[in-house]
Amino acid sequence: MNILPQTAKLLALVATVLLVGCERPPTDTVQHGFRGTGMVQVYNPRIVEQNTDLHAAPAALPASAPDGTRADKVYKNVKVLGSLSVGEFTRLMVSMSSWIAPNEGCTYCHNPANFADDSKYTKVVARRMIEMTQHINADWQPHVAQTGVTCYTCHRGQPVPAQVWFKEPAQQNGADFIGDAAGQNKAALSVALASLPSDPFTPFLLENKDIRVNGDTALPSGNRHSIKQAEWTYGLMTHMSTALGVNCTYCHNTQSFSNWSGNPPQRVKAWHGIRMARDLNLDYMEPLQSTFPSNRLGPTGDTAKVNCATCHQGAYKPLNGAPMVKDFPELTRPTASTSVASK
Amino acid sequence: MAEYQNLFTTVQATGPLHHGVPLGHGNSPRTGEVPGVFHILGRLGNAQIGPIYLGGLGVASLICGLIAFTTIGMNMLASVNWDPIQFVRQLFWLALEPPAPAYGLSIPPLNQGGWWLITGLFLTASLMFWWARVYRRARELGLGTHTAWAFAAAIWLFLVLGLFRPILMGSWSEAVPYGIFPHLDWTAAFSLRYGNLFYNPFHALSIVFLYGSTLLFAMHGATILAVTRFGGEREIEQIVDRGTASERAALFWRWTMGFNATMESIHRWAWWFAVLCPLAGGIGILLTGTVVDNWYLWSVKHGVVPPYPEVFPAVIDPALANGAK
Repeated sequence: MNILPQTAKLLALVATVLLVGCERPPTDTVQHGFRGTGMVQVYNPRIVEQNTDLHAAPAALPASAPDGTRADKVYKNVKVLGSLSVGEFTRLMVSMSSWIAPNEGCTYCHNPANFADDSKYTKVVARRMIEMTQHINADWQPHVAQTGVTCYTCHRGQPVPAQVWFKEPAQQNGADFIGDAAGQNKAALSVALASLPSDPFTPFLLENKDIRVNGDTALPSGNRHSIKQAEWTYGLMTHMSTALGVNCTYCHNTQSFSNWSGNPPQRVKAWHGIRMARDLNLDYMEPLQSTFPSNRLGPTGDTAKVNCATCHQGAYKPLNGAPMVKDFPELTRPTASTSVASK
Repeated sequence: MAEYQNLFTTVQATGPLHHGVPLGHGNSPRTGEVPGVFHILGRLGNAQIGPIYLGGLGVASLICGLIAFTTIGMNMLASVNWDPIQFVRQLFWLALEPPAPAYGLSIPPLNQGGWWLITGLFLTASLMFWWARVYRRARELGLGTHTAWAFAAAIWLFLVLGLFRPILMGSWSEAVPYGIFPHLDWTAAFSLRYGNLFYNPFHALSIVFLYGSTLLFAMHGATILAVTRFGGEREIEQIVDRGTASERAALFWRWTMGFNATMESIHRWAWWFAVLCPLAGGIGILLTGTVVDNWYLWSVKHGVVPPYPEVFPAVIDPALANGAK
């Protein structure tokens, strides 16, 4: 009796099954810091290739003349874009429909019988989102720089951006005395299938909990952040890494995660990005809660909110850094004299 | 005719079945008075199974261990809402978590870490009973207690992680969750929180003994297998009466690296390397957070961190800028 060949076959089969979940080598390694320090980015060229279309920016419509009759002199109920020329206004509306609702068209937001009517919630939301886009481009240049954002940065041809987040419903465990998972320990996509806390967004991108857990002295001097808090920060950072398609070393010199000197400048961009996401969630997304119909709300009745993946969608710069907004100067500054939110 | 091979072999040397030495006062009878012989086991180790000694300590250890194991398992099952399919699918992700930091060292409600404390109590008791059993069995056989003390080194690390350090830190939340991936994530988070454990010299020392153990194990195993053709696997005989196997093995290492351990001392090398791995590691863990809060800054202070050329434009913590949001 010779069981070795059968054993070898079985082992080969098990090895194959275990490996099917893995990415096929080779990967590309791009040096990103001083040699020998492990400051590299790892890319799988096949996945990069596969996502080329996702990160391609659509061509802009030919520019319209900024002079001419103001939009609010021609159309009724134009609250944000009234100072644009009719040509610019129409061009933006057409662009928006191709960016956000290419299949549904104008009527996704507008009542076809009366375009000025605000009866569709989508129109009210869209108006506020235009303001948000202007706010990002005008006030969050430390994060978006001159590249800026348009509706397409998040929407990519879909009425609801593919990557949004909701608060998690309370854990279901059928009993209140056993099985509390402390908000972690499940195979959650939000933290790249780690067992880290699966909603790192609520504490950091909505609330303003401490992300920094390290002490700034060698010896203990009152830093009471716990290991559990470190796990929440770790969860957020795992999300950022996945959302941008980069390694930790894109922003950090991992010699010391807390130390800033000798770190890539991208880390400063990311720092502003965290605050930008928090600002957008607090000032733009959450206040729309009563505007959205219930089927657009999350399991706990909250609005969809933004995180890093909402714009980045796996690229270190959304749309690989295509400066779409340069063709839409009306999106780079607030155009309404008073915000619609205050009306 | 079957031939004895020194890497994989089908030859099984089976002597007369042995029941062990007579047991002294206070020992319970052995289980399995007629030992069984299983050929398939002989391919891996000894073909003989039994007699097994369970005894009071063994029973106590198994009961405590089973309570801890079941408590962890039931908490995991409850955490997926008692869904057996999800329990299997997510088993590696599930865990029984220690209490939240807010509870400090107090006794929390069952579902907020109480189960974790109970599990820790029974798991520790189980390990202690098993340790005492290992010690007692060695003594009853007239052996030294080296196995018990090696086991104690592992228990030291376990207690540092789950008992001594949390008490010194004043919080059960500092301890390790019971779960496969969760305890690995905890390990990474521990290093992240305390400024990179790679700068902890005791962590480095522990790794030296860990890798050293595997190196010594490979060297020793290879040496003995290589001299089995001269009877070298009968190490005790070689110790009592140096044969050509022992002399060749020793000469091999003197030729290749100028120095050799002896038939006796190689086992002391291996024992100390294995034991010092958790001993040194435990010291490193115990100092973390209690005596040193940020190992990176500690290493900067002591000149351990090598300076690297600045390759990026100077970066300043934006939180220090005026008007930072």
